[in-house]
Amino acid sequence: MVDAVAFYVLAALILGFGALVITAKSTVHSVLFLVADFLCVAALYVTLQAQFLAVIQVMVYAGGIVVLYLFVVMLVNLKRPPEVHSDPRRLGRLGVVMSVAVLVELVAIFALGWSKPEVTGGGGLSPKNVEQLGRLLYQDYLIPFEVASVLLLVAMIGAIVLAKREL
Amino acid sequence: MITTTHYMVLSAGLFTLGLLGVMTRRNIIIILMSIELMLNAVNINFIAFSYQLQNPIGQVFAVFVIVVAAAEAAVGLGIILAFYRNKETINIDEMSLMRW
Amino acid sequence: MDLIWLIPLLPALGAAVNGLVGIRFFSKRTAGLVACTLMGAAFALSLWAFWGLLDLPAEGREHTVRVAPWMSSLPLQLSDGAIGTFDIPWGFRLDPLSAMMILVVTGIGFLIHIYSIGYMHGEPRGAYARFFAYLNLFVFFMLMLVLGDNFVVMFVGWEGVGLCSYLLIGYYYTKKSASDAGKKAFIVNRIGDWGFIIGMFLIFTTFGSLDFRTVANAAATMPVETAGFGVVSLITLLLFVGATGKSAQIPLFVWLPDAMEGPTPVSALIHAATMVTAGVYMVGRNAVLFSHAPETMQIVAIVGVATAFLAATIGLVQNDIKRVLAYSTVSQLGFMFIAMGVGAFAAGAFHLMTHAFFKALLFLCSGSVIHAMGGEQDMRRMGGLRKYLPVTFVTMMVGTLAISGIFPLSGFFSKDEILLKAFLSNKIIWGFAVVAALMTAFYMFRLMSMTFFGGYRGPAWETGGAHGHAAAGHGHGGASPAVAGGGHGAKSAVAGGGEGGWHGPHESPKSMTYPLFALALGAMLAGFVGIPAALGGGNAIEHFLEPSFVAHAVVAEHPTALAPSEAKTLSESASVPESKGEASSEGGAHISWLGEIGLMAFSVFIGALGIFVAWRFYVKAPEIADNLARRWAGAHRVLSNKYYVDEIYDATFIAGTMASARGLWTFDARVVDGAVNGTGWLTMISAWFSHLIDKYVVDGTVNLVGAVLEESSFVLRRVQSGLVQNYALFMLFGVFAFVSVYLFMR
Repeated sequence: MVDAVAFYVLAALILGFGALVITAKSTVHSVLFLVADFLCVAALYVTLQAQFLAVIQVMVYAGGIVVLYLFVVMLVNLKRPPEVHSDPRRLGRLGVVMSVAVLVELVAIFALGWSKPEVTGGGGLSPKNVEQLGRLLYQDYLIPFEVASVLLLVAMIGAIVLAKREL
Repeated sequence: MITTTHYMVLSAGLFTLGLLGVMTRRNIIIILMSIELMLNAVNINFIAFSYQLQNPIGQVFAVFVIVVAAAEAAVGLGIILAFYRNKETINIDEMSLMRW
Repeated sequence: MDLIWLIPLLPALGAAVNGLVGIRFFSKRTAGLVACTLMGAAFALSLWAFWGLLDLPAEGREHTVRVAPWMSSLPLQLSDGAIGTFDIPWGFRLDPLSAMMILVVTGIGFLIHIYSIGYMHGEPRGAYARFFAYLNLFVFFMLMLVLGDNFVVMFVGWEGVGLCSYLLIGYYYTKKSASDAGKKAFIVNRIGDWGFIIGMFLIFTTFGSLDFRTVANAAATMPVETAGFGVVSLITLLLFVGATGKSAQIPLFVWLPDAMEGPTPVSALIHAATMVTAGVYMVGRNAVLFSHAPETMQIVAIVGVATAFLAATIGLVQNDIKRVLAYSTVSQLGFMFIAMGVGAFAAGAFHLMTHAFFKALLFLCSGSVIHAMGGEQDMRRMGGLRKYLPVTFVTMMVGTLAISGIFPLSGFFSKDEILLKAFLSNKIIWGFAVVAALMTAFYMFRLMSMTFFGGYRGPAWETGGAHGHAAAGHGHGGASPAVAGGGHGAKSAVAGGGEGGWHGPHESPKSMTYPLFALALGAMLAGFVGIPAALGGGNAIEHFLEPSFVAHAVVAEHPTALAPSEAKTLSESASVPESKGEASSEGGAHISWLGEIGLMAFSVFIGALGIFVAWRFYVKAPEIADNLARRWAGAHRVLSNKYYVDEIYDATFIAGTMASARGLWTFDARVVDGAVNGTGWLTMISAWFSHLIDKYVVDGTVNLVGAVLEESSFVLRRVQSGLVQNYALFMLFGVFAFVSVYLFMR
């Protein structure tokens, strides 16, 4: 019962904040709504026994990425609204239609129960979530882990190179 | 009773919202944020299935998704800054040099 | 006798040497020497072969020499369906008939060669050698003709003498009338040859062989075709067509008078003694075949007597000395065919031999006269020449008496034999023949009278003038420089032609008169080999020639199947004269000894009558002839124009052939060339269509592809708008498609 309520509330918040993100006029407002969205998603993760991931979500997404967005917004200090003129060739409305169509189809697929995954053995989620994940990351999936770190390094270097001023 | 289907529907909805943002908005920062929304939707899906199947591998994958999303956000914002310095705009319609 | 193949080869060698080398390099002396020596050698060989033949017994007088194979063993189908073998070797056969022929050909040929040395002296050096080359070539072919042991070898000679006749008649090829005459001779000959060839084909399909002996033996087993026209009659008729062409009988005699365009020795050799007798020889050679075809024999005799009569009538009014002799030849050939036609093959061959002597003699003498008159041939411009040309006069008189049939010259014996056999066979034929003999005597003596008797009617000449001779310095044997004109057969007098003036008629050089002597001797004595039984002789020649006219394989028990009289001679010895005279006719008529003597006397009388009438008309009272000519002007004109035969032929056959030739040419030019041109046009038109197709269809397609791509690119490049969200939309389209597929597949 509680789960249901929690779920529905969180779902509504996620969707609502998401809608606000894409419709806000001011860029800063969008960013703020995005933060709220991320926090709600993290809460959702907690209800799904993924505590470590919820923390990661807050730390990386809400704490890192959103801050990054805010920095960029501030650096891009526009005097005039950024969305003034639009290219007549863009097919915006068609995009909306297509997106809605995809949604409808996906919902149809899910509702009709045509994509039920099979139950495979997984060994179970342990309450010691961090320890379990840690073991997996450092034993079974070590190489992807290392690759991911290299990826981060490269991205960092790339971002620096792209964004630096000419000296 | 909250089944995995509910989570899938939620994920689909969030994904669609992100998609709408990418399709519709002209502000490139908003577009990047919409992409983040989409990635989050996918993460929700992974975690939901991980919960349903009692397999931690979903969470592992979600970690990696977050890593990639972070990298991508950094690089993307770097590009935006570079472009902004050249063109004084973040209107994606004006970033159409690669046209015939 | 094994070397009989050498006899034709020697003159061939002479022809090759003179022809290839002599025309360019030999002097006149050398050319003449080469030719005459080889002829002499051939004559000597012929004598030797004849001697060898006499050594053989009478029934077996035959010797065949196969020199080399020619066409061997081709299987061909015969008329009765069997497969025969066509096997033709180069074979030569010496038997009585061919032995007589080679003696005549080489002997008289040799004399004529010697005569030609003097006669042709005025010719340029190269032409002189050319003449002797042709003359030798002719003798070679003629000898092939008479020595061949099968039809094909004979035909080689047959064609070859036709060719040489053309070459020699047209010897003065720069003169149009001469070259025309040569062509006429060859073409008319060819028409006869057509019949001959078809006859040869028929012989092969009927008998399976072309060898004379084989064919004769096979034919002897067949029944005599007394009723109607069988295959043998057809064969012999076709062969006779060939003979009419070669031996100038009706209807193919028209070439012989024109052939007088050639030099006189040519006329003497070819158109008196040898080539024209080839037809007679051929009939004699196939005596067995002819004896089995009474219908054809009838035709032969009728054609012979008609020709004899017709030619004699034309000869009555001719004014050119050689023309008279030409028509006389045609007439005498007619006599020979009369003999062949009534079955007296030996008599015909006998007359062939004697005629060769006296006709050659007459021609050579006329050549001597023409030479003396500086080229003049018209008798109206001669006269009284006997005091200038004594030798020629005497020898020509001998020849004239011989041809008129005066006893005891050769012509009497042979002609009388023919008349006797004709009398026994068909009185009507005999009657016409007698009239022809009368006319013969008449026109021959007319010739003598106009030429040698009476007053001189020719052009005047300068006497003296030795400067002309000395300055010219030619080594002619006493001949005047006007000889240069003598060889060219000019009708008009050539007074003053050549290096000096014409010095009047004079006797010919020794090279020309010696052959005249020899021939005159022959004309006088040749008859004595054929003295008939009635006069006490053994008729040696008829006995001698018998075996050539019979089939050897047939025994005497089948008298009806054999040629007349031959069966008996086979079984008995060769010296039974009485049976010859009696059994010599088809009808089996007999005549008593008295009757025979009476006939002989009658023919002598006829000859004398002709001479007497001619003497009166032309020597004693020449105006009679002119009066007659005026009174019978129409007939005279017809005869003078030789019954307009040439004109009739021209209007019908010649014009018809030319018209059809023109028609064919038009067909070729319009239809055939038109078709070819038409295909050219078609090709051009189709090429134009191809061009259209290529330009518009093929190139159009290629261009269309390009244009389509270009146009579509105008449309499609708008996709690359540079708008990222549009690109994203396209990706969404793909996603939507996948999801839809998933949705609807489930």
